[in-house]
Amino acid sequence: MRPAGKGTLESLYFDYPQFAARRVPELDGATARHPVLIVGAGPIGMTAALVLARYGIKSVLIDRKDTFNDGSRAICIARPSMHVLERIGAVAPFVEKALGWRFGRSYYRGEQIFRLEMPQPPGEKYLPMYNLQQQYIEKFLHDAVAASDLIDMRWQSELSDIETRTDGVSVRISSPAGDYRLDADYVLAADGARSPVRSMLGLRLKGDNYEGRYVIADIRMDHDFPTERRAFFEPAGNPGGTVLIHKQPDDIWRVDYQLREGESEADALKEENLRARVGAILADVGHTKPWELEWWSVYSANTLCLDDYRHGRVFFIGDAAHIVPIFGVRGLNNGLADAENIGWKLALVLHGEADARLLDSYSPERRGATLDVFANATKSTRFMTPPTRGWRLAREAALSLSLKHEFPRGLANPRQMQPYTYSESPLTPYAEHDAEFAGGALCGSVAPNARLNDGSYLLDRAGNGMTAILFCEGQPTREQAALLAQLGRIDKRFVPVLVTSSSAASEAKAVVDVDGEIARLFAAAPGTLYLLRPDLHIAGRWKAIVAGEILKTAGLCLGSETP
Amino acid sequence: MSAMPFEDFETAYETLATAIDQAGPAREALFLTRLALVLGHELGDIASFRKAIETALDGLE
Repeated sequence: MRPAGKGTLESLYFDYPQFAARRVPELDGATARHPVLIVGAGPIGMTAALVLARYGIKSVLIDRKDTFNDGSRAICIARPSMHVLERIGAVAPFVEKALGWRFGRSYYRGEQIFRLEMPQPPGEKYLPMYNLQQQYIEKFLHDAVAASDLIDMRWQSELSDIETRTDGVSVRISSPAGDYRLDADYVLAADGARSPVRSMLGLRLKGDNYEGRYVIADIRMDHDFPTERRAFFEPAGNPGGTVLIHKQPDDIWRVDYQLREGESEADALKEENLRARVGAILADVGHTKPWELEWWSVYSANTLCLDDYRHGRVFFIGDAAHIVPIFGVRGLNNGLADAENIGWKLALVLHGEADARLLDSYSPERRGATLDVFANATKSTRFMTPPTRGWRLAREAALSLSLKHEFPRGLANPRQMQPYTYSESPLTPYAEHDAEFAGGALCGSVAPNARLNDGSYLLDRAGNGMTAILFCEGQPTREQAALLAQLGRIDKRFVPVLVTSSSAASEAKAVVDVDGEIARLFAAAPGTLYLLRPDLHIAGRWKAIVAGEILKTAGLCLGSETP
Repeated sequence: MSAMPFEDFETAYETLATAIDQAGPAREALFLTRLALVLGHELGDIASFRKAIETALDGLE
């Protein structure tokens, strides 16, 4: 909602573009079948299109609206998502505009009880979190979409019917320029929480709804506080309810406040009531200068997902597949990971470089990530919105003890988004080797990064196919060289990255790790090999190479092997 | 785990009763919950804590 007298898209800081419907070839009789149709040009749909474009795959991207999503939606971009944006060539405007952060504070009755500090290992290229309004996220992605010859973006185009067959998908699309039929090999449904594709296919989200309701308000103010997450339990400005405050670019601040039990939603959403409440909250944090109201809405937490993110040749990505609570910033970030996961797999399949069975791994991997999110988000949601008297009492006891004691303070940790570890994925068949390592990154997790002497980063060297990081003294042994050559034969995108402990390495492109910092990061010794997938998750790691296992793992990631 | 000598336990009983009164009817639930969290933390063992919870829940009328 916007203040009285304002239009729905009349923002204090963002100019919504208006995109026209185009006359498309199908309206003039074209019947060419498209490799991929993406339904929904929100952040997830656009990212999926850009991942496919990175691999040279064309897509048609439709959206029923004529502009970006309005209001205050996703605002936190986590480090792994920055890597996704980097790989699709879109990260630069995000780095420039977004506000990076890694700290937070939780208060109880006005006193600080918890200091959130998200780790920032020295080799990482990006901060753990960046705040940016979804409008800008969509704008920056759309700029990249518009610059791509491979993405056929069609605004004001609504899916009106879908028919799935074993060999393809036919849809009907309605637009002001006319209605037409379109055929595609695959459909990615990125059409959001109320996904029409999901309804048309008769599929339903399952899971839980939570009681607690939050009002979300974006305001503009000149307020001097660093970019941190602030959580206020039992603040004087909102007795009986929790408050969250996040800073966004353009002096926009997001204020989330919990409604008291039994409070009427309709009353809470009335502009004068909202202004009074936000005013009290701001006075409580010491802001007495003027502020302006941008937009507001009401929210309650859900943990809902589909049983299977795949329905034949239709794949659900983002909110169309799963709805997660806002606490922990996992909605957008998991959606971006969905888009990348299906993107690289589908691209390799469409190129004929991978067997279609690779697509079977999408749903277990990403649904597994959702269930993991649910487990964490359920804990944070119960803390943020205690559902019963027992939960409320336990929280009050823990928070009040936190004022003088350290031990309960961790309960106020917001458990911010962590990338999911695909350790039980069919593409991670040798996770048991983790036991042989004294540390480093687990099989299935995102590879750690390292800053190199020339200012570049280790993962900059990874390719868009499989990547092997091999630790060696000087140069690879004959056996290692033979394995790398064989990997290159089964994956034409394969990139070997050598990390040598000797500066006298004869391999010109090797990364020289003189002080052993990279080896320590990976708990590696000469002979250790990490095999990375295109999304830079670790498919497997070996203290010393076992050619059969490594080739089998690479084969699984290319769909050429069966688990 | 060794149980407390009876004399000490009796003192614990008396101390608790006095403390509940000191907290007052409006705060007794909060006080007892805080006490349980502190004791649970000091106990340092989730199995014993669960067992204590079961013992206390069992037979509540």
